[in-house]
Amino acid sequence: MSEINDTLSTAGQWQLAWIKFRQNRVALVSGVILALMYLMTVFSGFLAPYGPDHRFARRPYVPPQGLHLFASDGLHLPFAYGLKEHVDHTGRTLFTHDPEVRYTLQLFATGDSHSFLGFETDLHLFGIDSAAEDGLFLFGTDRQGRDLLSRILYGARISLTIGLIGVTISVILGAVLGVTSGYFGGWVDELTQRTIEMLRAFPQIPLWMALSAAIPPDVDQITSYFMITLILSLLGWTSLARIVRGKVLSLRSEEFVMAAQLMGASHKRVIFRHLIPGVLGEIIVVATIAVPTMILAESALSFLNLGIRAPMTSWGVLLQEGRNLTTLYFHQWLLLPALFIVITVLSFNFLGDAFRDAADPYTD
Amino acid sequence: MLTYIVRRLLRLIPTLIVISIMTFIIIQLPPGDFFDSLQAQLAESESRADQQAFDALRKQYHLDKPLWKQYLFWIGGCVQGDFGYSFEWRRPVADLIGERLGLTFVMSLGSLVFMWVVAIPIGIYSARNRLSWSDYSLTFVAFIGLCIPNFVIALIAMYASVFWFGGSAGGLFSQEYKYAAWSLAKVWDLLGHLWVPVVVIGAAGTATMMRLMRTSMLDVLDRAYITTARAKGLAERWVIYKYAVRVAINPMISIMGMQIPQLVSGSIIVAIVLGLPTTGPLFYRALETQDMYLAGTFLMLLAVLLLLGNLLADILLALVDPRIRLE
Amino acid sequence: MLQIPTQIEEPMTATPSDTVLEIEDLQVEFGTLEGDVQVLRGVDLIVRRGEAVGLVGESGSGKSVTAMSVLRLLREPPARLSGSIKFYGTAGGAPVDLAQVDPGSEQMQHIRGNDIAMIFQEPMSSLSPVFTVGHQVAEVIWLHQDKSRKQAHAEAEDMLQRVGIPEPARAAKQYPHNLSGGQLQRVMIAMALACEPTLVIADEPTTALDVTIQAQIMDLLQELRETMNLAVLLITHDLAVVAGFCERVNVMYMGRVVEEASVLDIFQRPSHPYTQGLLHSIPRPGQQHKERFPAIRGTVPDPRQVPQGCAFGPRCDQFEANLCDRAGPVEAVQLGEGHHARCYRTDMANHGG
Repeated sequence: MSEINDTLSTAGQWQLAWIKFRQNRVALVSGVILALMYLMTVFSGFLAPYGPDHRFARRPYVPPQGLHLFASDGLHLPFAYGLKEHVDHTGRTLFTHDPEVRYTLQLFATGDSHSFLGFETDLHLFGIDSAAEDGLFLFGTDRQGRDLLSRILYGARISLTIGLIGVTISVILGAVLGVTSGYFGGWVDELTQRTIEMLRAFPQIPLWMALSAAIPPDVDQITSYFMITLILSLLGWTSLARIVRGKVLSLRSEEFVMAAQLMGASHKRVIFRHLIPGVLGEIIVVATIAVPTMILAESALSFLNLGIRAPMTSWGVLLQEGRNLTTLYFHQWLLLPALFIVITVLSFNFLGDAFRDAADPYTD
Repeated sequence: MLTYIVRRLLRLIPTLIVISIMTFIIIQLPPGDFFDSLQAQLAESESRADQQAFDALRKQYHLDKPLWKQYLFWIGGCVQGDFGYSFEWRRPVADLIGERLGLTFVMSLGSLVFMWVVAIPIGIYSARNRLSWSDYSLTFVAFIGLCIPNFVIALIAMYASVFWFGGSAGGLFSQEYKYAAWSLAKVWDLLGHLWVPVVVIGAAGTATMMRLMRTSMLDVLDRAYITTARAKGLAERWVIYKYAVRVAINPMISIMGMQIPQLVSGSIIVAIVLGLPTTGPLFYRALETQDMYLAGTFLMLLAVLLLLGNLLADILLALVDPRIRLE
Repeated sequence: MLQIPTQIEEPMTATPSDTVLEIEDLQVEFGTLEGDVQVLRGVDLIVRRGEAVGLVGESGSGKSVTAMSVLRLLREPPARLSGSIKFYGTAGGAPVDLAQVDPGSEQMQHIRGNDIAMIFQEPMSSLSPVFTVGHQVAEVIWLHQDKSRKQAHAEAEDMLQRVGIPEPARAAKQYPHNLSGGQLQRVMIAMALACEPTLVIADEPTTALDVTIQAQIMDLLQELRETMNLAVLLITHDLAVVAGFCERVNVMYMGRVVEEASVLDIFQRPSHPYTQGLLHSIPRPGQQHKERFPAIRGTVPDPRQVPQGCAFGPRCDQFEANLCDRAGPVEAVQLGEGHHARCYRTDMANHGG
């Protein structure tokens, strides 16, 4: 008990924050989940059994197929059944297991080629016989017979990275403008503040919608990806800039800043050595909470066809399939990408909350 | 107070001008204009269209003039109440938005009421029973509400409404009442359909308010004047409601001003998903077709609402908290 | 500077002969995340009708907790009380053991503000910012007495006048943030006394105020005490205030009353080493200032790590090993008429000063 006390009384600000953060189990779990998610984006080609556009033309809207261990003749290695199709009285195509056809799960299977860390390979973590008529549809298939799990994994790349990149841009913009605005004051401050006011006068979603609609349709994927990211970070930097500016203003009049200036420190030094570490904590908190906002915004825009364009896919694009109520009724698994969104957003929020609690010196 | 309001309103004017310019620029960003996409559409369907006819139309709507002139035409009209013309619907923008604005407001107000009725009591309860199981589970539910994208909630709500409750899919009215004149039965029908969008739109805001109210209450419950109230012999119920809630609710009341514009903006996506006859889907369509006056006017309207909401928030806070003085 | 009374004036009120408040072996424990902390270790205290009793101690001694416990204003849980707090509302009547009453009950509500009232330390934060001062005073009248709102308001204004607030009608309409600390404390006093309680507990009423205002407030309290024959339990760390106001004094250390005596005896014949140390450390005119100010050495220990035996032992100049650190409760030793101290050393030859 007293050793903890000793550590606590001598710990620096960051150590204290870390100790406090470590105590928050939920946040730790969230951190692990997010780390895994982002790892997933790097390895999505390897993890996904199929490429994002691999169509099984005769297998549209297949419900999620699990792996089975038991068949009529006893225990086997995990396998998936082949499918038989038949048309019901309403004209819909339904699929049932074909007990005769079984595909064993293979580890390190060969499948569609994909580029992995720069080189082309056709190795996947798991899969079934690539020559099979049916596929391994763990999450089912969509209208064009594409494996949903694979598409979700590929979609993660866009959904997760837009949030990060967008927030990074916002943070850099916001921090730089906030610091210069707060530190130098005068017309720089006035100008920045007016600009922020103007930008914040517009409600976010309609503004994003309007700007996204402005992206020319003939622009290529990569450019449109970056334009979407830019649009999303356009409003994001304003709140960060205000927070940073506020902190800078309060720190500026603190004595240690005056002391540094009296000692002849240049502006640059004061800003980087003294002010930025002071605001860093708040920046981290705000940034962590901003990422899920961006992820939600991107999925909303993509859902409305204003965001990511085909053939790129994101979780929001995937959810478009659920827009039709009839489709949704018969094929509920199409909403699975939403689950991933929720888990990601939840994790970021828990993490951000934990950062905020850790940074606050007054709540014991 | 009145002079303060007037002063704030006057200060809004230069902001409004800048906003109108920015809106105009944003709306003009997409390349081409409405008639380009119309022409492309017609070309696809191989119907014959005269280049001349299109040029004449363009001239009629000033689309051939330089941008700054177009802006002046529009803004001149706005000041007089003429917000331009919708190319697609062939009606004045003011009419189009006007007829849908009522429903939009009713829906947003409904969401506001829903949010307040649900979030405040739960927030109070959570604070009084802090760190209990019910507190944790309520906080968790609130978190979830914040983390599901609102269009997904809309989809699920639509699903639930149709397949569990037997309502009709989308829309705010059943078939028979859609074009009927207003009657008590129609209002009842509206209410029956309204609850789905109201709950969906209010979901995220409710979650946020729940947590804010809880935090606010926790802060107030620790104050000395709460102990004094108890020491005077007030029943605990009175202490909570007359003393604690009365102060804790002040920050909520001030955000109420901002909530209305936020709800109107937030309703756009939900309205699109649920196919409601409100201003949201109108805006969406206008963006798709570059119906610029319609899109621009609506965007500007939203910005103005937001600014007014800001002002309202400040006024409301001054009204409920005697410590605040407006300068 | 502190004036040590060399002779005590005649008691202000008629000799108090019956008890109003009798606290016996009051123990209060707080349950925290790291375990239970015992804050009061058995407090014994008596206040008689019309008497002014002081309760002094450093921060952390438990004096505020004692005060709050009487009206059960602590949050229970995490606080846990045991012992008895007997309140004799009417002379010669049966007492109510406040420690046994349910804090949320109507009985408790009836006693609070009506039979026993409290005045708190920081008047600025002890009044609600959203109600007028008049309303808050009227509320306690209206709550306990069968009067209309209008009557209550009129009486509230009267009270404001009695506590010395100029233009009471106008003042009643003010919000707390419009008034000064001194005025607000007068309002608190008005609120506490509005229903003519039998006992008033004042928890550091002047600590947050300017020195000049302090004197005014204490004078006001004295005056009202005389007029209403109030019993007052004054919690403070300021011995000067005690000297000018109280008839009897209880000295607290680490959750226990270590010495109890008349105010004259406390100042002239302090017996417990802690009391002696407290008095010794007050600067006085005419003192030689060549050496450092005498202070009690050491600091108040962590309530979770109380030394065995006498809690003051480690800091005591008269500490005797094997006597002062032996296990077992420290009994109160009678030193004279109405003068007790809890010290293992029965040798009380010291007359400090």
